[in-house]
Amino acid sequence: MSELVDAVLRCLLVLGAFLTLPLLVGQMEHKAMAHMQSRVGPMAAGGFHGWAQLVADGVKFVQKESIVPGAADRKVFELAPAVALVPYLVALLAIPLGPFFGQGNLVGQDLDLGLFFVLAAMSVGVLGTLMGGLGSGNKYSYIGGMRVAAQLMSYELPMVLAAASVAMLAGTLSLIGIAEAWEPWWLLAQLPGLVVFFVAGLAELQRPPFDAPLADAELVMGPLTEYGGMRFAMFLLAEYAGIVVLAGLTTVLFLGGWAGPWSDQLGWVWTLLKIVLVSFLVIWARVAYPRLREDQVNSLAWKVLVPLALAQIAFTTVLVVW
Amino acid sequence: MTLAELVFLVLAVIAVGSALLSMTSGQLVHSALWLVVTLGAVAGCFLLMTAEFVAWVQVLVYVGSVVVLVIFALMLTRQSTGEKSAEVTGNRWLAAILGVVAAIGLGATMIAGFRGEEIEGRRIGTAGSIGHALFTDWVLPFEILSGVLLAALVGAIVISRSGSDR
Repeated sequence: MSELVDAVLRCLLVLGAFLTLPLLVGQMEHKAMAHMQSRVGPMAAGGFHGWAQLVADGVKFVQKESIVPGAADRKVFELAPAVALVPYLVALLAIPLGPFFGQGNLVGQDLDLGLFFVLAAMSVGVLGTLMGGLGSGNKYSYIGGMRVAAQLMSYELPMVLAAASVAMLAGTLSLIGIAEAWEPWWLLAQLPGLVVFFVAGLAELQRPPFDAPLADAELVMGPLTEYGGMRFAMFLLAEYAGIVVLAGLTTVLFLGGWAGPWSDQLGWVWTLLKIVLVSFLVIWARVAYPRLREDQVNSLAWKVLVPLALAQIAFTTVLVVW
Repeated sequence: MTLAELVFLVLAVIAVGSALLSMTSGQLVHSALWLVVTLGAVAGCFLLMTAEFVAWVQVLVYVGSVVVLVIFALMLTRQSTGEKSAEVTGNRWLAAILGVVAAIGLGATMIAGFRGEEIEGRRIGTAGSIGHALFTDWVLPFEILSGVLLAALVGAIVISRSGSDR
């Protein structure tokens, strides 16, 4: 009985994290981006520095009419936002937050193959955007969908390779195992892998500077052009949940997860802090860099990231065998 | 019948049903998306047979990459979202017969080889056990396969280069 209660409690916690953390990142994006651009961002909603802006946005989205374009492939169009959103919820299940006041590890489910599980779930999530592009019956969506597909094929490989390098060094595929095996000098030894993983993750989420599929100056909004109301909100939530998953994975794989002072008690605080830090970097990248052209997107993946990831794997092999 | 068997049966029905839908769908894109359902259900079957590693790799490689590749190829070659975009060729009956024969052949092999075996109690599909098996009992087939893949890779490069500058 207590096992069942434990499992249900963990699932509820993950659901809670899934519903709050992406909003937190969204609010941070509003405010941080605004201040980087010498603006103040939302100030009115909720009173204190516009903290309730995203809640207000959510209420607005709910009120909107649900429209399906006449030319759209109805079922595919309607299903796409769910396909984009749910995998990130599933992925969040396996990401550990670390020791919680000596009560064991705060994780939805400790999986033997956690790393592969999260990567597999993330790779399903992007199918949603692709379905949106194909099902909208709109030429901008269609071209955007094509760019999504091209981008995915290029960046999946370096991402998996970089993750594999850490797994090799740790000698396990369990996310908890990797974070526990982590040592500070890995920051240096795995630095190329960290960069490759982070950049490929950005590209997989289609975040700027890798938002060529959404390029608003060329493609209106790419695959999301025809979406509005709740469905669009689900795509947005998927984007921010994706940032949380990417930040969590980067933290656990490359930044030592809950490593830090008093990690037996406060490990989960360290993990959350690191996740917020990586999320901030994701937002910073959006403000700092202009959008890559489509050919630049693909040549960066194949000519820089893949060779770098392979070199990192070769180096890690030497380390492990030696 | 245990719960696991029941779930396995449901997944198997989903896999076969969506495979049939994938073949009979009039729209190419729908075929590709039904293929996603088939591959996902097969991954679920792997999971129930304690082959966790194979299951996640199945999702990562087939759903995440191969289907995306298929959809990308469809998008590049023609306007494939309309009605009746899937072509019906005269070979379809031959293909169906071949498919049934292959299914019977493979099924018979499986039944002959593994009938009565139980996987209860031992976890055969963890990354560790697969890696151990690959690099002890199956080194030669593994290396031959990597050679075949390398040859295919070189072939693809040669084909894509010819025409521009011989």
